Amino acid sequence: MQIYDLIIIGAGPAGITASVYSARKKLNFLVISLDIGGQAAWSGDIENYTGYQFITGPELAQKFHEHMRKYDTPLKENEEVLELKRSDGVFLVRTNKSNYSSRSVIIASGKRSKELGVPGEKEFKNRGLTYCATCDGPLFSAKDVAVIGGGNSALDAALQLVKIAKQVNIVNNTPALGGDAIMRQKVEDAANVAVFNDSQVISVTGDKFVSAIKIKDNTGVRDLSVQGVFVEIGLVPNSAFAGDVEKNGKGEIKINLRNETSIPGVFSAGDVTDVPEKQIIIAAGEGSKAALSAFRYLAINKF
Amino acid sequence: MAKSVKVYSTPTCPWCIRAKQFLQENNIDFQNIDVSGNQQAVDELMQKSGQMGVPVLDIEGEIIVGFDKERIKQSLGIL
Repeated sequence: MQIYDLIIIGAGPAGITASVYSARKKLNFLVISLDIGGQAAWSGDIENYTGYQFITGPELAQKFHEHMRKYDTPLKENEEVLELKRSDGVFLVRTNKSNYSSRSVIIASGKRSKELGVPGEKEFKNRGLTYCATCDGPLFSAKDVAVIGGGNSALDAALQLVKIAKQVNIVNNTPALGGDAIMRQKVEDAANVAVFNDSQVISVTGDKFVSAIKIKDNTGVRDLSVQGVFVEIGLVPNSAFAGDVEKNGKGEIKINLRNETSIPGVFSAGDVTDVPEKQIIIAAGEGSKAALSAFRYLAINKF
Repeated sequence: MAKSVKVYSTPTCPWCIRAKQFLQENNIDFQNIDVSGNQQAVDELMQKSGQMGVPVLDIEGEIIVGFDKERIKQSLGIL
């Protein structure tokens, strides 16, 4: 089996930026990822990535992808990493399709949507219930929808949907909406938004497709008639495959200033790490740091 | 004879973009059906695939939900 200098797990802003730096350092490396662009590809409007005063998530992801392809980076796409372990001084990466080995690894596998865990969620997934407003929002033209959540991703979803849907109901389980003030203001200014604070979703109901959700607040339980449900209640890190790497209570991989993890030779970057702020530009910057640290590690350890 | 290929998509869905890019790279002609704001197309999508996610590919009557590269390759005979 070929032993790469480096394997980068993930191709979101962190992984792709790491790949650009690794290509420029002429490392013999491989990128393995389930998708391209990561969460950036699912974002709506982006107005805080320096150099782009305005760009949409899919467009920025496309730019990232083009940048990576410019270097003919070897990429295993639609491939999920199941296990990362160390054996005889090299790292073994087992995926759902094959096995690879390398002298160093950058984990940039990001986060995925958290599920509600209520009856009806699984049955109605893609039958009116979705985790991606950017993708599926346009299907709900002139329909009534619910956005579950109260943070930035929920606000982002709601702002995309106010332009498409008839009525947008935000179901938030805290006393008030969170997120950025500027986004909150836009949501509150929209004419077709209703906010249900201190409210929990109990179930998703319907026949073939979603027709309603049951929500509960301190006055009791009620049905909200909706054809679409957008779940935006936060994220969980994709870190389970890295069993030996030290993590915090949220399952985020612990890193230091040099993006080193608890295992020498394993670096990590982006939203899967315990870096406090989760932003596209931060993930990209962290990806470059991780690649430079991996390059230094490979040079010092002269394999 | 080349198979007729329809892609039900929205302009913003990343997997739709990837699916269309994949077809283009393999020189497959296809009809793109943008379902956003088009109730008739949404109904067609729901009726054909029994679900509401995009992309959906209709390859000569074979319905493929999502960017399932392997199935698309198989259906179109792409090596």
